[in-house]
Amino acid sequence: MNKIDLNDENSVYFDVLKEIGNIGCGNATTALAHMLNRKVDMLVPRVRLLDFKDVGSILGGEEQIMAGIYLMVEGDITGSIMFLLEKDSARNLIATLMGTEHSEGELNELEQSALKEIGNIITASYLNSLSTLTNLSIYPSVPALSIDMAAAILSVPAIEFGLIGDKILLIENEFSEGLKGYFILVPDLESYDKIFSAIGM
Amino acid sequence: MSEIIKVGMADLKICKAPDGLTTLGLGSCVGIAVRDPVLKIGGLAHCMLPDSTRIKSNTNLYKFVDTGIDELVRLLVREGASKTRMVAKIAGGAQMFAFQNKSDMVRVGEQNVQASIKRLEELGIPVLARDTGFNYGRTVIFYPATGDYVIRAVGKDEKVI
Repeated sequence: MNKIDLNDENSVYFDVLKEIGNIGCGNATTALAHMLNRKVDMLVPRVRLLDFKDVGSILGGEEQIMAGIYLMVEGDITGSIMFLLEKDSARNLIATLMGTEHSEGELNELEQSALKEIGNIITASYLNSLSTLTNLSIYPSVPALSIDMAAAILSVPAIEFGLIGDKILLIENEFSEGLKGYFILVPDLESYDKIFSAIGM
Repeated sequence: MSEIIKVGMADLKICKAPDGLTTLGLGSCVGIAVRDPVLKIGGLAHCMLPDSTRIKSNTNLYKFVDTGIDELVRLLVREGASKTRMVAKIAGGAQMFAFQNKSDMVRVGEQNVQASIKRLEELGIPVLARDTGFNYGRTVIFYPATGDYVIRAVGKDEKVI
């Protein structure tokens, strides 16, 4: 019997996942600040458990164009992690990082590559905090990037959640200066148990 | 006044002409549109996973292609539609992210499409057209009045299948 029931928002395990999200986001924010070489603030992350049918409507609508950076997770726990941000936020980040002007139109190859690297560093720091907390080895894969409608990008982690339940767990993290990003960590079912066992639950 | 009814993820709706059905930002999920051209009633199922029999947590019938199509047909028949007249169109099933290792999860879009074709074939419902695969999301609108299945994607011209 698996400990986690993702449909029960009041369970103590859900609180633990929230806390993991908080710590992960804190680390990711620090990483972002280092990368941009400036102060980056973050608001307290909001953890949301959503029905599939409501998934698309959260990030400014199903058809809002977003950039999603997606990595597979391997090691003691398996699954995936996604970092999502609005296309404009993505452009601002790229411009700041590369010291270029805010560009228009489609992202070129260099900009896409920079965005993947940003996602890589942010998700890695997120996973690092989870790894430190649980003492489990967690290795992310190379990142893959998609710039498309929010609902279409979110269908990928939603399908993975669909394997174990009818809801999706999302961590909304707003950074300073209008930069808004979202984390979605999708451990597979066995990995949830490993995480909880590792922290003594 | 005709109305456009929204279908969410792991969701299913049916309607009569002149109303239409839409789902926004279909990614690896598949949007299965079925209609009875005589009564001009139809339905749209937005399914996430190919096979309910391979998953333990399978109480949500709309989540899976096999049970989703069965439910769609059942609801249409309940409204008076004839199964022998039904025709289908399929959209979605994209692979949103390109990964080196082609694990099952990465190929779920393609599996959703194959499972849809298989289930519809088993039920004797012909698939008239499809717009599936590739690496981009789609917004779809289905009109049971005409059978038009309108497909929009970012940076691409609108098309009707």
